Amino acid sequence: MALMDFANPTRFLALSGRVLPWLTGLALATLALGFFLAFRAPQDYQQGETVRIMYIHVPFAWLAMFGYSMLAASALGILVWRHPLADVAHKAMAPIGAVFAFLCLFTGSLWGRPMWGTYWVWDARLTSMLVLLLLYLGLLALRSAIEDPNQAGRAAAVLSLVGFVNVPIVKFSVDWWNTLHQPASVFRMDGPTIHPSLLWPLMICALGFTLLMLALHMAAMRNEIYRRRLRVLEARAAAEAAYA
Amino acid sequence: MFGEHGFFIIACYGVSALALGALALWIFADGRLVRRRLTELEARGVRRRSAGRADA
Repeated sequence: MALMDFANPTRFLALSGRVLPWLTGLALATLALGFFLAFRAPQDYQQGETVRIMYIHVPFAWLAMFGYSMLAASALGILVWRHPLADVAHKAMAPIGAVFAFLCLFTGSLWGRPMWGTYWVWDARLTSMLVLLLLYLGLLALRSAIEDPNQAGRAAAVLSLVGFVNVPIVKFSVDWWNTLHQPASVFRMDGPTIHPSLLWPLMICALGFTLLMLALHMAAMRNEIYRRRLRVLEARAAAEAAYA
Repeated sequence: MFGEHGFFIIACYGVSALALGALALWIFADGRLVRRRLTELEARGVRRRSAGRADA
């Protein structure tokens, strides 16, 4: 069976119904292991105990960008192939990505106060991440503002593709401009600059949050497919009632 | 716990747990509501045209 054959709502429901409980369990188990290791990891020699915030802040930042990248990929599926499952994936990801982007900003702000002496500064990294959150919220607002679901899907796809230009800006802002935010310390050409005793718990927490995001996305996609079926049935019931 | 900056650490983890928990709960409750309404309509005999072959 070709991979594209799975991109059928009915097959997706059957497959995701089997995968979702395992994916959720794996996500929670990975997060439990990640937090166990994170709270046993040594303190940072400069940041002390506040380095514990890194184990959630950094995965939230990565996943806010990952979620938006998935939105952009789905947008291509909507505009180029007009695939219904791409629209379902796009719609389901927006609120999830918005929560991850908000949590990235929130935890970063609370980490910034003891380390930088301020909750917020308008530097390139923080501002571009705020723009990412606003893009997520804009997508949610746009979908709810347009009544026709197909038209709303296409408009949201265009906005998400235009907004995708912000993702590399978030990633490279710390290299392109002088920022209060530190430069990348994990994904670098010359390798991570974090000691393995802190890096491993971070990577396990990141894996756990990634699995959690995928599980939430899969569940939200299932809901959206059922919602579309409900809409069709409600329209049919209304039509039958009108003819009766 | 966590020294002088305990408030910041606990607030980060607490709000993150609350936000992600609320998101998961919202998705779960939304799914239950939609499936219940779908089941009600199907029980009244309203079915998709493709239901016979696709869901079989």
